[in-house]
Amino acid sequence: MSADITPVPPGPEPHVEARPPRTRDLSQFVVVGVLVVIGLFAIISTWDVVAGFAKSDPLGPRAFPAFIGVVCLVLAAILAWRTLAGDVPEEDGGEDVDLSQRPDWATVGKLVAIFALNVAMVSFLGWAITGALLFAGTAWVLGSRTPVRDLIIGTVLSVGSFYAFYVGLGVPIPPGILDGIL
Amino acid sequence: MDAWNGLMEGFATALTPMNLLFACIGVLLGTAVGVLPGIGPAMTVALLLPITYNVEPASAFIMFAGIYYGGMYGGSTTSILLNTPGESSSVITALEGNKMAKAGRAAQALATAAIGSFIAGSIGTALIVAFAPTIATAAVQLGAPSYFAIMVLALVAVTAVLGASKLRGFISLFIGLAIGLVGADLLTGQNRMTMGIPLLSDGIDIVVVAVAIFAIGEALWVAAHLRRRPLEVIPVGRPWMGKEDWKRSWMPWLRGTAYGFPFGALPAGGAELPTFLSYVTEKKLTKHPEEFGKGAIEGVAGPEAANNASAAGTLVPMLSLGLPTNATAAIMLAAMAGYGIQPGPALFEENGDLVWALIASLFIGNALLLILNLPLAPVWAKLLRTPRPYLYAGILFFASLGAYAVNLQWFDLLLLLVLGLLGLLMRRFGLPVLPMIIAVILGPRLEYQLRQALQLSSGEWSTLWSEPVAVVVYVFLALLFIVPMVLKRVRGAHPVADADVTSGSDSDQKVGS
Repeated sequence: MSADITPVPPGPEPHVEARPPRTRDLSQFVVVGVLVVIGLFAIISTWDVVAGFAKSDPLGPRAFPAFIGVVCLVLAAILAWRTLAGDVPEEDGGEDVDLSQRPDWATVGKLVAIFALNVAMVSFLGWAITGALLFAGTAWVLGSRTPVRDLIIGTVLSVGSFYAFYVGLGVPIPPGILDGIL
Repeated sequence: MDAWNGLMEGFATALTPMNLLFACIGVLLGTAVGVLPGIGPAMTVALLLPITYNVEPASAFIMFAGIYYGGMYGGSTTSILLNTPGESSSVITALEGNKMAKAGRAAQALATAAIGSFIAGSIGTALIVAFAPTIATAAVQLGAPSYFAIMVLALVAVTAVLGASKLRGFISLFIGLAIGLVGADLLTGQNRMTMGIPLLSDGIDIVVVAVAIFAIGEALWVAAHLRRRPLEVIPVGRPWMGKEDWKRSWMPWLRGTAYGFPFGALPAGGAELPTFLSYVTEKKLTKHPEEFGKGAIEGVAGPEAANNASAAGTLVPMLSLGLPTNATAAIMLAAMAGYGIQPGPALFEENGDLVWALIASLFIGNALLLILNLPLAPVWAKLLRTPRPYLYAGILFFASLGAYAVNLQWFDLLLLLVLGLLGLLMRRFGLPVLPMIIAVILGPRLEYQLRQALQLSSGEWSTLWSEPVAVVVYVFLALLFIVPMVLKRVRGAHPVADADVTSGSDSDQKVGS
């Protein structure tokens, strides 16, 4: 299906970095790793949870996590086996997704960095500031080249949402460093 | 309260000026996000959950209903004008819809989609009125074993029926179940998987999970693969249809509705299968077979109706059993929980006024969609040209805001980032999103029902199949696995037919995005 809904690009597209089709995708071992971690964590971290009275709760709080943990480990094993056997995942498509070009992980890394900065600074600087920086920063990384305009849009959005939540919804977003100004 | 009186009272609630305004906002917002790539109705409802702090439940659900139907409609606009469907349910619409648009018949394609959606949505909503209260009344009698069975069915069905790879479906499912475990145990109050972090005792908020997986995961994934050259948007004027188009559309609308509603109402639901079946049927029945593949109006009318009818059908298990089978329904249930409303069969009795207001607003939302969207189509087409840096920066901004507003803790933003990276991983490795979201919601309830059933039977496992409904559900579950295997064997002799079907039932799991 995905083959016949892929749009025909208007005119020749410069597919310099077109990537070859996958025959085996060993990077799926990342998923195997995630599953193993989740599985072991589900089992081990609930191991010492004290069961209630056996009479009133025969199954107890440990059985369900243990079951999920074991299944995660089994799924990890199956995925590892299928991966080695050449099972290739079907990547997610979308309107703005072009799977024919090489993935640009540098952009993703920059976005994550900006986002992490937002997480770290939001309590201190307040949403009104970090939200604006988040918008302008991510827009820049994604290819916008009008930083001043982006900052203005970001500020309007963040200050606007601050007041919308405060006045409209009664949710006081912490003002951070701007306490007393906003 | 019988259904008719309930419905009339629902209309009385929904038709107040304030609630009509909420319905209008919902419909417009829903269509806008349905049109825009990268976000969908599930995420929009998730982001709007903070309004539940300060808005009447009825008004909030009236708006959510508008977003739900509006999102469906917006998705079809995108697939017709852009030829890259954002929702898996509009994949089929794109087949003929975009061909029609390219042939200069975009206005007719949009019109048949809009009117078909309206008809299917109205019939579907009427069927909700007919079925949901009855099912709820019957379901009140069900005990924990039956509930457990129905939830297992819903989880397995969403995982195994939809999606290209069952293995990856189950991986998503169990990651979701594990996320649902985090927090205090419902029965003993003991912390599980919290790593000693007190903020995790309340569990990971479903808003944070949904927004992270849908919005952050999607934005990061798109950032990695952003098209260098934006897609061509086909310009369109006001949608309209000629007499011949009406003649060719009305039967497909009705047939599509007939396919869509039952599939939506089943726990195995989804819109992929009914839209595909509708397409195949119309292709077979049409008097213009030569037009199929070049832009046949039947190929838009049928699947679009099926899509909307299935959306309506999804609300039957949600309202009568508290069972979500798609992402938007899951988030709406989370909103109910936010109001302290217990989803489940008692809903009609305990919160009848709210449920009927919601159902009435589905009718109203449907009508509003038709009235507003026909003249607004050129605006939606313009929306598709939103500069991508702004679109995705905006998604990241509003996602952060929505997650931050839940508890006003930076910690939630950290969770958002971590789970967003998980969402990125899932898209990269073909893990479907829907089973995970449903598992996060249903997992804790599944465990609760299981333990409650075993409590009542003092540990006797046979209690699990002690109720007739439970037995029926398990048989159905078994069939779900056996039938495809048999079909596979039968089709083994006809590899051509097999290829045709698998190519059509492709369902990339972007149901909610």
